[in-house]
Amino acid sequence: MPGNASQDLRFGDALWRPSASLETIKARTELYGSVRAFFSRRGVLEVDTPVMSAHATVDRHIESFAVPGGGWLQTSPEFAMKRLLCAGSGPIFQIAPAFRREERGRHHNPEFRLLEWYRPEWDHHLLMEEVEELFHALGIGCGRVFKRMSYREAFLLHAGLDPFTEPVAALRERAMAGAVPMIELGGGEQDRDAWLDLWMSYRVGPQLGLDAPVFLHDFPASQAALARVRDDDPPVAERFELFWKGLELANGFHELSNAGEQRRRFENDQAWREAQRHVVPPLDTHLLAALQSGLPDCAGVALGLDRLLMLRLGLPELSAAISFDSRRA
Amino acid sequence: MASVSTNEMRSGTKVLVDGEPYSIVENEYRKPGKGQATNTIKIRNLKNGRVLEKTLRSGETWELADIEEVEMQYLYSDGEFWHFMNPATFEQMQAGKTAMEDAAKWLKGEETCKILFFNGLPLSVTPPNFAILTVTETDPGLRGDTSGGGGKPATLETGAVVRVPLFVQQGELVKCDTRTGEYLSRAGK
Repeated sequence: MPGNASQDLRFGDALWRPSASLETIKARTELYGSVRAFFSRRGVLEVDTPVMSAHATVDRHIESFAVPGGGWLQTSPEFAMKRLLCAGSGPIFQIAPAFRREERGRHHNPEFRLLEWYRPEWDHHLLMEEVEELFHALGIGCGRVFKRMSYREAFLLHAGLDPFTEPVAALRERAMAGAVPMIELGGGEQDRDAWLDLWMSYRVGPQLGLDAPVFLHDFPASQAALARVRDDDPPVAERFELFWKGLELANGFHELSNAGEQRRRFENDQAWREAQRHVVPPLDTHLLAALQSGLPDCAGVALGLDRLLMLRLGLPELSAAISFDSRRA
Repeated sequence: MASVSTNEMRSGTKVLVDGEPYSIVENEYRKPGKGQATNTIKIRNLKNGRVLEKTLRSGETWELADIEEVEMQYLYSDGEFWHFMNPATFEQMQAGKTAMEDAAKWLKGEETCKILFFNGLPLSVTPPNFAILTVTETDPGLRGDTSGGGGKPATLETGAVVRVPLFVQQGELVKCDTRTGEYLSRAGK
């Protein structure tokens, strides 16, 4: 936890020092080297795209930094990388800085590093396999088979409820009855996903991957973000997340390639933001034009490198994995 | 009324929750990758010390509590109230039993205490961390007797009762930690 302002002043002279040890700083460089070697062996091209863009994500729960003078800092390199895929790049990866306003805590820092990669012709299940192979190549979660579990299975197992059929009122009552410490969400929250998010944050997530890492897949369609929705009953988003020791490490999609559907989702999110009086950034028209020209069928994943380093080295908090955390940056 | 958002709540921030003054102990941020962020905030009630946890949606706010901490010198007690003076302004004020709590048993006069005011009224009094006081009553311990866990109760001049080693005698000065209520050492005659 960051200290209060007067503490910052009193100990201000120590804030020039890194928040990570020199060993950790070396371990990070080694990690980057191993990642690059892994993808080089597999013929995946490393790319480098702009960090600042004229457009930004309009995701309901991700806040971008606006840059005075025009533009936004990326919250992930996803849009630019998809435009490269549309331009015919083939498989690509990137180690990129990402910025998310207001995300600060034991496992969050407003600036962080993502490893993001895309595999044309693959679906999310094939990509999960490669994530697992990467972990083994890095010597993490060694020798153990990563479990796969649907979002529904995880909720049934760890929360004792079906996330698709449990009435919103019951999700709320049961959360208030003790699953989450004293909730004060201000106004009766009616949104199903808001309650599922709480259950995920406090009950389900912390119990995932306690021994070997676990892939969670087939999310509710309402949480599809940029993933395809499969027409099951109920429909599910072809999306996965990787959990290890109760912490989310990666998020992957079988990528939505339908430009019209993507525009509808962006516009819905913008309307939601407008109604909530949140900032409404301009949606990425370059991405929509690229999708229009044709995104190859592909799967992509973003993996948090700071968290990975933190878990790999057994560090107590994210700031210890980052050379200068947001208090020192 | 000034308010503070979950992103700005730090350990020590004073807030008003359901009309009661609280101090933030811990603020934990949680967020599923693509989902809604929440903060679970541990708060300590400044009136009764009770700690509880509340979960807020990130970005929500609480009112800041009108809390002021002033160093004041203890003057005397009339039995019902304890009287203090601000050494800078010579302004005097009195604190009742509830605000004094355990502080009273460490004070004999002239100590500089920290007084927490809530809406201008004294909420709590914190004595100096260490007190040097005379033992007014204790059993004479026998030299070499180490039975009974090596200690005995001693009453100090202010009324505090602390556990002291057997060799400490009536009339001696002892140094105590007022935060833990423990004897630390003898303080010479």
